[in-house]
Amino acid sequence: MADVILKTDRLSKNFGGLIAVNNVTLAFERGQVHAIIGPNGAGKTTLINLLSGDLLPSDGAILFNGRNITSLPPHKISQMGIGRSYQKTNIFTEFSCFENCWVAAQSRINTSMRFFRAARHLKSVAERTEKALELCGLSQRSDSRASAMSYGEQRQLEIGMMLATEPELLLLDEPLAGMGSDESLQVIELLRRLAVDHTLILIEHDMDAVFSIADRLTVMVNGRVLETGTVEQIRNSQAVQEAYLGVEEDAV
Amino acid sequence: MTSRTRNLSLFMALVALVLFPLFGSSFYVGLVTRIFIVAIFALSLDLLIGYTGLVSFGHAAFFGIGGYALAIAFQDAAVIHIWQALPLSLAAAGLAALVVGWISIRTSGVYFIMITLAMAQMFFYYFFESSRFGGDDGIFLFFKPVLMIGSEDILKLDHENNFYYFALACLVSGYLFLVMILRAPFGKVITAIKANEHRVRALGYSTNGYKLVSFVIAGTLAGLAGFLEGAHTGYVNPSYMSWHESGVCIAIVILGGMGTLYGPIVGAFIIVLLQNFLPELTGHWQLLLGGIVIAVVLFLPRGATSLFPRIIAFFRSKQKIDPKGPTDG
Repeated sequence: MADVILKTDRLSKNFGGLIAVNNVTLAFERGQVHAIIGPNGAGKTTLINLLSGDLLPSDGAILFNGRNITSLPPHKISQMGIGRSYQKTNIFTEFSCFENCWVAAQSRINTSMRFFRAARHLKSVAERTEKALELCGLSQRSDSRASAMSYGEQRQLEIGMMLATEPELLLLDEPLAGMGSDESLQVIELLRRLAVDHTLILIEHDMDAVFSIADRLTVMVNGRVLETGTVEQIRNSQAVQEAYLGVEEDAV
Repeated sequence: MTSRTRNLSLFMALVALVLFPLFGSSFYVGLVTRIFIVAIFALSLDLLIGYTGLVSFGHAAFFGIGGYALAIAFQDAAVIHIWQALPLSLAAAGLAALVVGWISIRTSGVYFIMITLAMAQMFFYYFFESSRFGGDDGIFLFFKPVLMIGSEDILKLDHENNFYYFALACLVSGYLFLVMILRAPFGKVITAIKANEHRVRALGYSTNGYKLVSFVIAGTLAGLAGFLEGAHTGYVNPSYMSWHESGVCIAIVILGGMGTLYGPIVGAFIIVLLQNFLPELTGHWQLLLGGIVIAVVLFLPRGATSLFPRIIAFFRSKQKIDPKGPTDG
């Protein structure tokens, strides 16, 4: 088996009677872009929420770099090197672009329980902030208030904040959702650049984007893994055609 | 309003306050001293409401504990040394805030409001019913604190002017202390928690720790205000801790403008002056006071101090009739 960075073992999550994620066993390889696709309600976002610690699993285990992170709170998972971006833009709307990334970058210093010296003297944080802004393409918008930026820019900022925490593994929940085609292309380009030295787990509905950047695909339906494999394998899978891709084409 | 305009205004206000006792009668010096004390109390609550996003409805508990610590420890003392009494009050209030905060920060929103209120009421009723600590009569202090080195008096608070300057120094120190911590890494985290706590956690911060530290700092500062109030009036009673006090403090913070440190200071001036002078106009003064608070909240949702930048902008736009127009408002 190749170098596995993250593994889930019979992971389940139920909300009362509803089983949102059902017995999911998956291995994510280091350095790859692994996309998770599936119809609405398939449990993709719930799965990401389990991986990032936003939700506690009902059953099963999650291993990151061989360490069990199953019931760790989100801040500990973040500190271990797993960053995530949200489907619904989740930023500090009243802060400037720079301040948004600053808070993210500052999370990597030993402790922020520092009371005396002004934060702006922290050189390492300033560098990380600038770097994240440049990566996500918002260097020019540094001083703009987040709430005054376009939706697409806010989505970029969402990714920039994640990058400012310098994660090893990125969990991206629909980074292209609601974006115009120009903005989409920019973000796809960004994801491609990030893929060079990060591992990406990506939920996305834009199939062209998924097929163009993913190395591996997992198809989820009704909380279960229907199929997982390379892009070619999934494209040619009978089960996937019937359960998902076919349906979508009918709908169009 | 640029930070330069703001700092200049604050500096001029400070100069005016320093000079005030030279002209004001002792009644007014005492009244402004009381305003300083209320301002410190409101400033401390602003750290919670305006910067951390914690709407505490029990903040008067720490104000009261600061006062009671002084009164209980020194009611029979012939000399109250500031260097003993002040740290004791701060420590007692800080410790109480640690306990209340440790329990309450796990909740948020309405539950946080309720739990802080309930805990403050527990303190209130404890002191209200304790015959040891004077019950509802409270405790009287017959001497004012002094600062001595050896047998030399450095500062005696039994002169109204001395007390005035001491309270002013405490207010300025408290203000500068909060400015400092808000600029520091700690301040960046708590303001982010107020904006979006969930995201702060996802970015790798254990947010409860930061909220708790903020709560303890605010409680300690409220204890300073309680210490001053006890020393100033010479008696401490359970009404220091009543939920009215907590409510008035919230009103001051909102009225002045939360999330600006100077706002609560201005709010303290407005409320205390109104409380003093409205009763001379009408018996229904509380009705009038309520109306003023409602008007400010409706028309100036960012507080009374949000008027200042508007006034400045207004005069600038009148002054300048250059072709570029008032672009710097």
